[in-house]
Amino acid sequence: MSSPSSQPVLHAPTADAKVGQVTEIDLSCRLPLLVLFLSAATWLVIGWVFQLIASIKFHNPNFLADHAWLTYGRVHPAFTNSFLYGFGLQAGLGVILWLMAQMGNVRLVNGWLVTVGAKVFNLGITVGVIGILAGDSTGFEYLEMPGYASVLVLIGYVFIALWGVVTFHQRLRRQLVAAHWFLLSALFWFPWVYSSANLLLVTFPVRGMAQAVIAWWYAQNFLVLWTALVGLGTLFSLVPRLAGRELNSHYTALFTYWILILFVGWGGIPNPASVPAWIPTVSTVGTVLALLAFIAGPLAICQTLDCSWAAVRRSAPMAFFVFGTICFAVAGFARGGIALLDSSHALHFTWLAPALTALTFYGFFGMVLFGAVYVIVPRLLGVGLPSPKLMRAQLWLSVIGVLLVFVPLAIGGIVQDSKLTDSHVPFIEVTRSSLLFLRASTMGDLLLLVAHILLLANLIGLVVGFYRTRATTTYAELTEDRFKPARARS
Amino acid sequence: MNFGPFIFLAAFFGLACSWFGMVLTPQIQIGRLQQTNTVPAGAVYPVARPGLARQGLSVYRANGCAYCHSQQVSQSGTVCDLVLTDVGTNETALLVALRKIRPAFSEAEDRELMVGLPKTVRQGIPKEEAEAEAKLIGATGAKASSWIIPVGPDIARGWGIRRTVAEDFLFDYPVMPGSQRVGPDLANVGVRRPDMNWQLQHLYAPRIEVKDSPMPPYRFLFEKHRIEHGPSSVALALPPALAPEPGYEILPKPEAVALATYLTSLRANEPLFVSPVSVAEPKTPATNNPANSSVGAEATNAPSSK
Repeated sequence: MSSPSSQPVLHAPTADAKVGQVTEIDLSCRLPLLVLFLSAATWLVIGWVFQLIASIKFHNPNFLADHAWLTYGRVHPAFTNSFLYGFGLQAGLGVILWLMAQMGNVRLVNGWLVTVGAKVFNLGITVGVIGILAGDSTGFEYLEMPGYASVLVLIGYVFIALWGVVTFHQRLRRQLVAAHWFLLSALFWFPWVYSSANLLLVTFPVRGMAQAVIAWWYAQNFLVLWTALVGLGTLFSLVPRLAGRELNSHYTALFTYWILILFVGWGGIPNPASVPAWIPTVSTVGTVLALLAFIAGPLAICQTLDCSWAAVRRSAPMAFFVFGTICFAVAGFARGGIALLDSSHALHFTWLAPALTALTFYGFFGMVLFGAVYVIVPRLLGVGLPSPKLMRAQLWLSVIGVLLVFVPLAIGGIVQDSKLTDSHVPFIEVTRSSLLFLRASTMGDLLLLVAHILLLANLIGLVVGFYRTRATTTYAELTEDRFKPARARS
Repeated sequence: MNFGPFIFLAAFFGLACSWFGMVLTPQIQIGRLQQTNTVPAGAVYPVARPGLARQGLSVYRANGCAYCHSQQVSQSGTVCDLVLTDVGTNETALLVALRKIRPAFSEAEDRELMVGLPKTVRQGIPKEEAEAEAKLIGATGAKASSWIIPVGPDIARGWGIRRTVAEDFLFDYPVMPGSQRVGPDLANVGVRRPDMNWQLQHLYAPRIEVKDSPMPPYRFLFEKHRIEHGPSSVALALPPALAPEPGYEILPKPEAVALATYLTSLRANEPLFVSPVSVAEPKTPATNNPANSSVGAEATNAPSSK
């Protein structure tokens, strides 16, 4: 920690609330980002309510079974969409906007239009989730929101992202850093893949299995590649600032960037897919080549921190970041391992796949976003977190929760695989053996729900605290004005 | 390198590459797929599903059945069976050839083989071996052919007789191959469970048909009716514990009928050039039952039952 740094040091929020004055840049981000982050945290809570319902159905299939809109096949996509789009995409955008303004040392351009965009975006997701519950899902995994909702989501996204790009363009600090490459690419990447997938699957659907291939391509580009771009971009920007040193090194980060955008997008087609063999084969090659990024990215973070845990112990946001980095590497390698399995291997259809999705999107991306939100929001408002203890509690609940989801599901997947492969084991026996692990993961989901309620409470507490301070000062000023003439007269 | 548009170009290049490889090229190849013919029968395949089954596909989509059921059968490879189809006129020569091919069997067993053709002589052997032995039998005036048998865990489980291919999904929208096997694979559920009533009962209360099934009941696809002019012919025959009070009956809504029709229409078992197979499908339904015989033994039954 002794090395000098040219970059401004971001201090972790502390209880003594002496964060000081809000800079002009943070002020320009305040309203749009608070809208984005609060909505994201709300979707997180809503999503986990759906997830808990879905999870309980594995304990008792009769649970809420008489309502069509609460059947497992609707609640589950309602959960994934609230989580992926409502939380992940939205909070990710917020973090990108703030970093664009910070790195460019420039105010966020047209913040009020970003707020409008956020409203349209949230309307789109609300319509989409209701559509899924009403049975209007498109049927493509991770792209379930019906066409009329995706249009709103896309318009909202473009409205938000556009001002991120303009802010980047007007940056005063012209020097490009590694995070610029990641974050600006991410801003463009999502609307390209999202509109491409929606046009080819929903608006003008292609024929037969080509649909499934495009759906897998989209899922890979959003779930793995977009999250990696935003997550790593955030890490490469915030970790050095929090630690008060330079990114080590810029070139490792750029290498990671090129590997990511060149190879990750090819992966994601499962080997047993009923398509000509070259497609999963090429996809496997892409996934394996992409492993370089899953080494280089975490390595850059590790080297920046001197590969020591000291920084983690000092700041809770840093703990979020480091945990996210570890999950990123583990999930990448596990995915590479699965891609190398033979197509007839039963592991492709087990709970290991959802376990890895949880590890990527929650363990890595979600945790990085949590850390970033805890760094950003107190600075936006100029007040400390109402309770840093709550933040630490959320950290622990999230870490234990996601491990309690990942580990049982991954083990369950492997057990399921070994039993599926032996054709003498009756299928119901296979299901029964995996149910045990599935039920264990409900515990994890419960912890995560509590963690998200804490996050929301912490954010709401911050905003309430801020406005209370503001109201008190305004009241004091007002009353001062009122009593001035009286005082003058006396 | 402080030039922003470079980043745009880099991202565009990266995306264009994967778009070209994983969207455009698959679309050119499988998006333009046409109907094909079964081999060797030459029938047109696939045939579009009937209208009711298509409505059923929509119910399947709306209720997210694909989150627990895959529709993809894979295979680890193929083996060959040597099948005797015609004894010819020179039984003695055939017997000599058979002794040579399978010395482990007695003469009585070999004679048994010649009745009720076609019958399997050897099973689970490589293609070259099967063809050489077929030639040996052919020299005696008898006729034998090698049958292609796909193998693998899915096939041993009775989920299909061959792997599924892109052709099987040609007319479906949306295509839902599924990524999970919480429940059994459904690519061939119409072959295993062709009975509409079984499907409807299973949808209404899965545990009647499969003990301890974790599948949620889809009671909202059914409605309770008062019996007015005698019981309906489509009413579910439920066990007493689940039956409605006297004077009422449970009738499937149109959605339930459509879904059951779709499920019974799922049959990806025609032999195709891209996924060859030479046997009729196994007769026994095997959804939740253990495979009661080895792969080879199942294959043995198939030709002789033809």
